[in-house]
Formats: sequence, structure tokens, C-alpha cells
Amino acid sequence: MKKHKIEETVFKFLMLASMVVVLGSLFLILGTVIGRGLPALNLAMLTQTPKGGYYLGKEGGILNAILGSLYLAGGATLLALLVSLPIAIYLQIYAVRSKFVELIRLSLDILWGIPSIVYGAFGFTLMLFLGMRASLFGGMVTLALLELPIMTRGMDEAIAMVPAALKESSYALGATRYETAMKVIVRQTVPGLLTAVLLAFGRGIGDAASVLFTAGYTDRLPTSLFGPAASLPLAVFFQLGTPFPAVQERAYASALVLTIIVLTLSLISRRLAGRWRDQIVR
Amino acid sequence: MTKENFIPLVSKIHNQRWRITFPVFHRRGKDRFARQAMGILAIAASLLVPVIILALYKRTLPILEVQTLSELLFSKEWYPLRGLFGFYPFIVGTFWVTAVGMVIAIPPALLTAIYLAEYAHSKIYALATPIIDLLAGIPSVVYGIWGMLTVVPFIEKNIAPMLKLRLGVLPIFQSENPTGYSVLAGGVVLAVMVFPIIIAVAEEVISAVPQGLREASLALGATRWHTVRHVVLRQAGPGVLAAVVLGFSRAFGETMAVLMVVGNVPQVPRSIFDAAYPLTALIANNYGEMMSIPRYDAALLGAALILLLVVLIFNLGARLILVRMVKNR
Repeated sequence: MKKHKIEETVFKFLMLASMVVVLGSLFLILGTVIGRGLPALNLAMLTQTPKGGYYLGKEGGILNAILGSLYLAGGATLLALLVSLPIAIYLQIYAVRSKFVELIRLSLDILWGIPSIVYGAFGFTLMLFLGMRASLFGGMVTLALLELPIMTRGMDEAIAMVPAALKESSYALGATRYETAMKVIVRQTVPGLLTAVLLAFGRGIGDAASVLFTAGYTDRLPTSLFGPAASLPLAVFFQLGTPFPAVQERAYASALVLTIIVLTLSLISRRLAGRWRDQIVR
Repeated sequence: MTKENFIPLVSKIHNQRWRITFPVFHRRGKDRFARQAMGILAIAASLLVPVIILALYKRTLPILEVQTLSELLFSKEWYPLRGLFGFYPFIVGTFWVTAVGMVIAIPPALLTAIYLAEYAHSKIYALATPIIDLLAGIPSVVYGIWGMLTVVPFIEKNIAPMLKLRLGVLPIFQSENPTGYSVLAGGVVLAVMVFPIIIAVAEEVISAVPQGLREASLALGATRWHTVRHVVLRQAGPGVLAAVVLGFSRAFGETMAVLMVVGNVPQVPRSIFDAAYPLTALIANNYGEMMSIPRYDAALLGAALILLLVVLIFNLGARLILVRMVKNR
């Protein structure tokens, strides 16, 4: 009997130690990024483009990457939204509980697991096929593909939370499925849908491997859909690789800005999810 | 044709004016149009996986014309300028980094999942899960920076000298590599990256085990840990396996964070302190030159195809297990 007690205590200790390792790793990462990024961050960094080339020039900031990233992820999220919402509505309202729907869900889950570099390679072949060069638009389309499964599954689950009675009342009043979806379900789930959108945006803005081939990189601010665009993750990656400390500063600042954007999005969507839970109970 | 389909294209209103009403604009027509349009989008999305495979395969064909598949996969000769593309060092590199990452990740991730599902007070649970979510949302380049600035120097100065001294007899701990850019650094970074996914899935399947089973075991006098080990984990076993497999395939395809810390030397690593060069890093590092050397693009897109197929198989397996578990509940 005593042996069992000891075993219990040992494993409980191990579990707590594991928790400390897992949770601690977040703080280690944040500590590194803030510790290096905060000294590098100043107004000039946020409001200027790099002077004399992003790889060599020691002056200037990361505005090209900040704007580029916002454009890329913003455009991608919009594109993904146009496709995700209809699919989520289709899965939940039109084709409920069929083999077909399960198949679509499965393939969305599979898409979710595809590495972003593979999306990048696919986007690249797509652009070769269309005769396009690395551009803002190419990056947006590739990121949209990456975001599509995340957003769709998020919306799918949000809509699944709507009580069946609500749907049935709407049908009983003679509304078609389309009217029910647009006027009742979507309105009822706005916070949940927004959470899915923010999650997808966060994933899109942080992804480097997929825009590497497709969006390119440039010192200038993005002005055209068909010109290359810089992005924060690539700003980190390229500028960290230089031997010049002044250039590396820009990489640290980019990492910090990116982390702040992603964490803020995460906190906002958590808030929204909380509010949305209240709404469902009503 | 059902009755609903007979919506007049041209209808007479008030016997005075002819107005054209397309079926789409009618309430039921709108509904039917929406169903079809949304259904087409859904089918298109599910066709994306085969389309990606086909597109990459078509781009890989030029290299399969000059090299056999087994040459491509098992040759160590990587000289793009001479037209020799052997993926072996890169495939082995990917497996090494992923395996080391999983060995490091699995014990703490599963213990944390068990703790959260079985032991944790609701307050601790409410505190820990958002932090784990935040960990999941951190971009991979940020993991990469952390790896370069913290993990690599720590391995170089502390872990490598210590393990070489103590366990240097084992070849796995021997290395000539003087830097910390190594398989181990890649593994540590990957481990932290896959914590959230393993924990989230494992916690969910463990929580899904019926409460009655636990109560029966506790009533027989088993301790909590014994209940977990012999009852709960046995029941949740396949799901926990699926969680690990999902983590594995995530790690397998990770690019940026690994690329920044593994050293990128095209060799077959012999020790965890050796540098490696995973497939993902190969693709990301060489995309710039790939259009200027013949068949280089085919080789790199072939590497992407290999990655995709491996990840696809693992993911499909894990998802099928999870779907079955949900159904049996």
C-alpha cells in the first residue's frame, strides 16, 4: 500500500514539474523576445523603411514589413472569409450529418495539418502556371489557402453551438434555410465567427514559409497588388542572418512587433469567446 | 423537375407591366442558389488536397525522368550543378530532428495533459489553458529567435560539454561540431512548438473517458494514479496516440524555427550535437536559385511533395482514430 502512495506522489510531482516546463517555456520565449526587442524598438523603427537595403543598411526601420504584413494577412483573411463562411454554413445548415459532410470536415482537418512550406511551394507552382512573379497578391492567395481550413473549422464549431431550437423556430416561421442562416444564425454567432477570423489572421500574419516564395521581399512600402511585399516574419528571418548588429536590431524589433500583434489578437478573441458564451445561454 | 422549379422567368404583375424575375431572386430560388453555390465551394475546398498533390507531382516529373525514385530518396549525392539530387541526408536530417523533438516533447506534454484532465483544480485549469493557447499562437520565427539566442548558446556552453564528458562513450553524444547549432537545438525548439497541440488533443480525449469508469476503479481502492494508468489511459490510448501523431506531423513540416537553429550542413548526422539539414530547410534556403539551375525546381518541389505525403499519411491516420473515438462515445 505504501508503494502505491509513493508512486502517486512521484507522478504528481512529475506532472507538476511538466506543467512548469510547459508554461515556463512561454515565459522564456517572451522574455527573450521582449529583452532583445524592447531596446531596439523606437519611433524611427516603426515609421521608417530600411535605408540602404534591408540586408546591409544600418539606418531606418521596419515600416515596410509592418505594412506589408498587415496587407498580406488582411487581404488573405478577406479572401478566406469569402470562402469559409459559405462552407461553414453549408456544413451546418444545408448538409447536416451526412457522409459527405464528414468527408469535407476530414479534408479540412487534413488541410489544417499541411505544412506552410508546402502551401508556399503550391502557391509558387500556381504563380508559375499563371505567369505571375512574387507579389502581394500571390502572397495573399497563398496565405488565404493556409487560413482557409483554420477559419472554416472555427466557424463550423461556432455555428454548431447555436441551439437547435433557434433554427427550428426560424424554419417554423416559414423561413428558408438561406434566410435562417443569414438572418438568425450568422447574427447569433458574430462573436464566434470573429474569433475564427482573428485566429486565422493571427496564423496568417505569423507565417513565414508560405510567403517566402510567393510575396518576395522589398525595402519599399507595398503600393501595388502585383509588386513584391515585405512581411514581419521574413524581416526577422532575413535581417537576423546578417553580421551587422544594427541590422539585427531590426530583426529583434520585427519579432517583438509580430509577437505583440499575435498576442493582442489572441487576447481579443478570448474576450470575444467569453462574451459569446453568455449569448448562447440566453 | 420539382414543382419549385417552375418559377416564371417573366411574370405578369397587376395585368399591366411585365417584369422579369430571375429564379435566383425569388426566396426559394435564392435558397436553392445558395445551397448550390455553397456546396460547390465546399467540394472545391475538399478537392484542394488532391489538387496540391497533383500540382506538385506534375512539377516533380522532370526529375523523375532522369533519376529513379530510389536514387532520389537514398542517394547521398547532392550536387545540383552536376544534376545530382539525392535527398537521403535531408530526409535523415528531418527524421533526426523530429525524433529528438518528440522524445523531448512527449513526456512533459502527456503528463501535463493528464494533470489538466484528471488532477487540476478548476482555477489552475482556467489559468493554464490560456497560456497554452498563447504558446500555440506564437509565430515560428519567434520560436526560431528564441532558439538562436537562448537554446543554441545554452547547448554550446552547458549541455554539450557536460554530456560529452559524462556520456561521451555513446556515439550519439559525440561530436566535432563546436557550435550549438545542432539536431538537439532543433529538437528542443520543435518540442516546445508541439507542446500545445499534443496537450490540447490528449487532454480532450482523456477528459472524454466516462466518469463511471474512474469511479469504479477508485471504489475498488485504486489510487488516482493507478486509475489513470490502468483505466483512463487504457480507454483513451488510441486518442493519446493520435495526439502524439498530430504533434509529430506538425514537427515534421515545421520550417522556419528549425531552419534557424539546426546549422544546415548537408550531412547525415551521427550525434545529437551534429548539424543537420532537414527537407523543409532545404526548400526554404534554395528557392532563390531554383529557377536558374536545370531541374533544381523539380527537385525542391519534389521535396515538398515528399513532406506533404508523409504528413498526409500521419494526419489521416490520427484523424481517423479521433473520428472513430468520437463516434464510439
